[in-house]
Amino acid sequence: MLLLLKFAVLLLTLGLCQGNRQPNILVEDVEDVEPAFEPSRFGSLWPLPQKVKISQDSFKLGSSFRIVDGKGSSAGSSCNILQNAYRRYYEYIFGGAKRQGLGKNRRSAPSELTELRVYITSADSECDGYPSVKSDESYDLSVVQPFAVLRAPKVWGALHGLETFSQLVYEDEYGAKSINATAISDFPRFAHRGILLDTSRHFLPVKVILANLETMAMNKFNVFHWHIVDDPSFPYLSRTFPQLSQQGSYHPYTHVYTPADVKMVIEFARLRGIRVVPEFDTPGHTQSWGKGQPDLLTPCYSGATPSGTFGPVNPILNTTYDFMAQFFKEISSVFPDGYVHLGGDEVDFTCWKSNPDIQKFMDAQGFGKDYSKLESFYIQKLLNIVTTTKKGYIIWQEVFDNGVTLKPDTVVHVWIGSGTNEEMSKVTAAGYTTILSAPWYLDYISIGQDWRNYYKVEPLNFNGTEKQKALVIGGEACLWGEFVDATNLTPRLWPRASAVGERLWSSKDVTDLNDAFNRLSVHRCRMVERGIPAEPLFYSYCPREYKGL
Amino acid sequence: LRISFNSPNFIVCIIFYVFLFFLFLGVWPLPQTLISSTERFHLSPQAFYFGYGRQSAAQQGCSVLDAAFKRYFALIFPDYTSDGTLPFNVDKQFTVEVSVDHNDCDGYPNESSSERYNLSVFSGRASLKAVTVWGALRGLESFSQLVYQDDFGSYFVNKTDIKDFPRFQFRGILLDTSRHYLPVQAILKTLDAMAYSKFNVFHWHIVDDPSFPYQSRTFPDLSSKGAFHPMTHIYTQSDVRRVISHARMRGIRVLPEFDSPGHTKSWGKGQPDLLTPCYKGGIPSGTFGPINPALPSTYHFMATLFKEVSVVFPDSYIHLGGDEVDFSCWKSNPYVRAFMQKMGFGSDFTKLEAFYMENIVNITSALNKTSIVWQDVFDYHERIPKDTVLHIWKGTPASYYAELSRMTKAGMRVVLAAPWYINHISYGQDWHNYYTVQPLNFSGTEEQKKLVIGGEVCMWGEYVDATNLTPRLWPRASAAAERLWSDEKQTSNVDMAFPRLQDFRCKLVRRGIQAEPLYVGHCKQEYQGI
Repeated sequence: MLLLLKFAVLLLTLGLCQGNRQPNILVEDVEDVEPAFEPSRFGSLWPLPQKVKISQDSFKLGSSFRIVDGKGSSAGSSCNILQNAYRRYYEYIFGGAKRQGLGKNRRSAPSELTELRVYITSADSECDGYPSVKSDESYDLSVVQPFAVLRAPKVWGALHGLETFSQLVYEDEYGAKSINATAISDFPRFAHRGILLDTSRHFLPVKVILANLETMAMNKFNVFHWHIVDDPSFPYLSRTFPQLSQQGSYHPYTHVYTPADVKMVIEFARLRGIRVVPEFDTPGHTQSWGKGQPDLLTPCYSGATPSGTFGPVNPILNTTYDFMAQFFKEISSVFPDGYVHLGGDEVDFTCWKSNPDIQKFMDAQGFGKDYSKLESFYIQKLLNIVTTTKKGYIIWQEVFDNGVTLKPDTVVHVWIGSGTNEEMSKVTAAGYTTILSAPWYLDYISIGQDWRNYYKVEPLNFNGTEKQKALVIGGEACLWGEFVDATNLTPRLWPRASAVGERLWSSKDVTDLNDAFNRLSVHRCRMVERGIPAEPLFYSYCPREYKGL
Repeated sequence: LRISFNSPNFIVCIIFYVFLFFLFLGVWPLPQTLISSTERFHLSPQAFYFGYGRQSAAQQGCSVLDAAFKRYFALIFPDYTSDGTLPFNVDKQFTVEVSVDHNDCDGYPNESSSERYNLSVFSGRASLKAVTVWGALRGLESFSQLVYQDDFGSYFVNKTDIKDFPRFQFRGILLDTSRHYLPVQAILKTLDAMAYSKFNVFHWHIVDDPSFPYQSRTFPDLSSKGAFHPMTHIYTQSDVRRVISHARMRGIRVLPEFDSPGHTKSWGKGQPDLLTPCYKGGIPSGTFGPINPALPSTYHFMATLFKEVSVVFPDSYIHLGGDEVDFSCWKSNPYVRAFMQKMGFGSDFTKLEAFYMENIVNITSALNKTSIVWQDVFDYHERIPKDTVLHIWKGTPASYYAELSRMTKAGMRVVLAAPWYINHISYGQDWHNYYTVQPLNFSGTEEQKKLVIGGEVCMWGEYVDATNLTPRLWPRASAAAERLWSDEKQTSNVDMAFPRLQDFRCKLVRRGIQAEPLYVGHCKQEYQGI
């Protein structure tokens, strides 16, 4: 990181006073460190770019300021992603400030910045494509007078650069939009930076999903892991099997995602450089599937008779695989991403054990009493099905642990909180790419500044060679839905997930908790100003408090 | 991806739910007695009226009830949009007839206001009888919760008979507007939700170390220098009046807290010489401690401030704080030490604190106000005036039970907050903990137990502002509300309470309160914001 000079004035100064804590019952809850806010030399940049140099020279952004395509950029006015982003960031930069008429006099004042020119430098801007795990997200930003210049090989980097540019703008003491001369060269440390939302345990209205995609972009996340169905409900409206949501959702009209909803989410995400990776978790976590698809689940037995309850997907019937083949064919066309998440976690064997037909099948296959072999049998067949759809797959760690044969490009998702480092070593030693979630289960809450724990995680802190570490493509913050719905999701996710965002984007040596606190405090106020109810880190205030009550 | 949580209970609860639906019909907190039948009456918004009984002391023009009728009409019929064209149907009309014994329409609820009411729902009418308008408000809330919609959107209410009164007189919520400023809108919304859970005291912890948002007319510098921002992060006099009036309309008292001598850092910015200068090595260090108890000017200032506060806030209680006083700064200051010598306190700084609190309590007594103080004041100084109310905030059940015994034995009235520090969050259904509290389970006589006037849910502000206040508060605070209102024997089982509370939380969501979910599930109408 290059060194830099201090900001003269900060956009959002933020107050934090020293003082006693109020009554607390539990002594151990008391923060060991009393955070004291002071402006960071990096302003409010979040996540911190790889290389930043900010000078003291400041420019004003007048009413005539524009974000424009640079001459010779490979993406022009027909590039929707960029044109939409220009408008979005113009509005974020100038906020609710009264629109002034188009400045007639577009001649620049001595210290005015009149344009941000955006250049896409590679021949294929990828403007009409979807982001992928291999997307180039790098960009260079140079704020000099009179034109700031943003260069990126692809539109994905340009989107991040626009966010960074908007974070550099601040209000001077007279409320004028200002920006300091700055040079930034930036790229993500990890390619996969995800947020998992669970729309099965509680249904999340589309509006809530979109608001969180918007916030993900502010934090440079690039994967929305949509844990769309699970035991409690099946809100995905399948064109091939409409009964699944008709019978399996909380309500067949008000609590479903129609094809149009899904399309909207995918396009909204694409415009922000975010991949949508759907998860259809099997063979466990499928209670809701059974309501609309008879014979899919295993009938559990009590003694010699069916008990009326059902277990995991029934792995011994051909109809199961016919169903899965058709179903995943649909999924592969509805979701454009190169990957689909197949779940495979927490399979409970008791129901399989109780079922005499399953036992017979086990004997015939020579599985003995080892039900993990049956699970592997199922998963193997499922993976073969999904392979025919030309998709890559992501699976939870148990699938790897149980020794299922995986394609070399399989992504193993590590989530179990104990023995995480050993697991990371094992998975990467076996040559699989890996995503880490274990330390970032954000549904677990406690009083205090738990963002610090998420921030302190070092994903490559396991025993392994450089080659192994290169297989870790990123991580995900998971917000499971047991206790979360539209009423509390957004403030519970932000800014706690922002801590994960910086860990996955910024350089490994960005670990200063105090500097992070100072930047994150202002970043959270910026999210609030942009209409996102991101909760406070500690006692403090935002110049413009949340108004969306 | 989750270790299965509570699911056997969950199934049991579903079974209970079907059963309980007819038994309790979703009134939260549970009324003292409720008898209902499966006989149901159709309600139509076009033929629904509120009216005053002939014998009622309050009649049309009663501000509290007229406003409540308007409010509850909208709450009872959330889908109804008046376009003015539908003629009111006189055939199948339904009237809720309200009668009260006292015309207290223009007053404020107070510490001895009766909230008792009787509600009977018959064919074509309901009769709601109460001693005061405050009781009538509680009855209207219960009535609104009895009304339900079938799958086709029609409204129904079952034949019901309720006799109800609160178990405890004081049922409070503390909000902290110093650690984070809460916009007035956030406070008003909380007052709405409080009324839905039958809370009746808004304890406004208005100032503290981090900021002083109360704009005093006598000492405007307190907020112009001590607020986070002197223009945008303050409560003007009209803001305060608005809060008090909004609360009054819902039968809620507004109890202001001006905590001293500790927790006063923000006061010092606008009031020079109020705080004690701390010393280091014989010279002032530039930092300040608690209020300076050794200067006469301190007591002049406090008397003037509390005179203002006693006029601005109509409630008969003023909360004086008195918690967590750090003695180190007092100890460092030679003038304070000299004052200790003069007063004969030796080196016992608790005596100095007691001296200070005694003076402050005398100031409020002279203003005809009842003082309420945190337990620290009693712990240090048992000889406080008998009419002071003590507020317990510390400790485990064992220690707050011991404290309850001691305080009530000394004849003092007590409010219990210790088990309801709702700013402490944890994973899972922590409402169980708030629900299963047994406030009177301490050793003491019947007389002693009567001295426990109630309890309070505290939402301290370190980690809470307008972005997350509402979902953190509701429905967790509602669990405490049932403990404080309802009969303990009838409401001791969390599995029985679960489906009712789930139903109630969906009602809150329907009413626009973003109450968070208890567990996996859904509401017919989900929250529509973000």
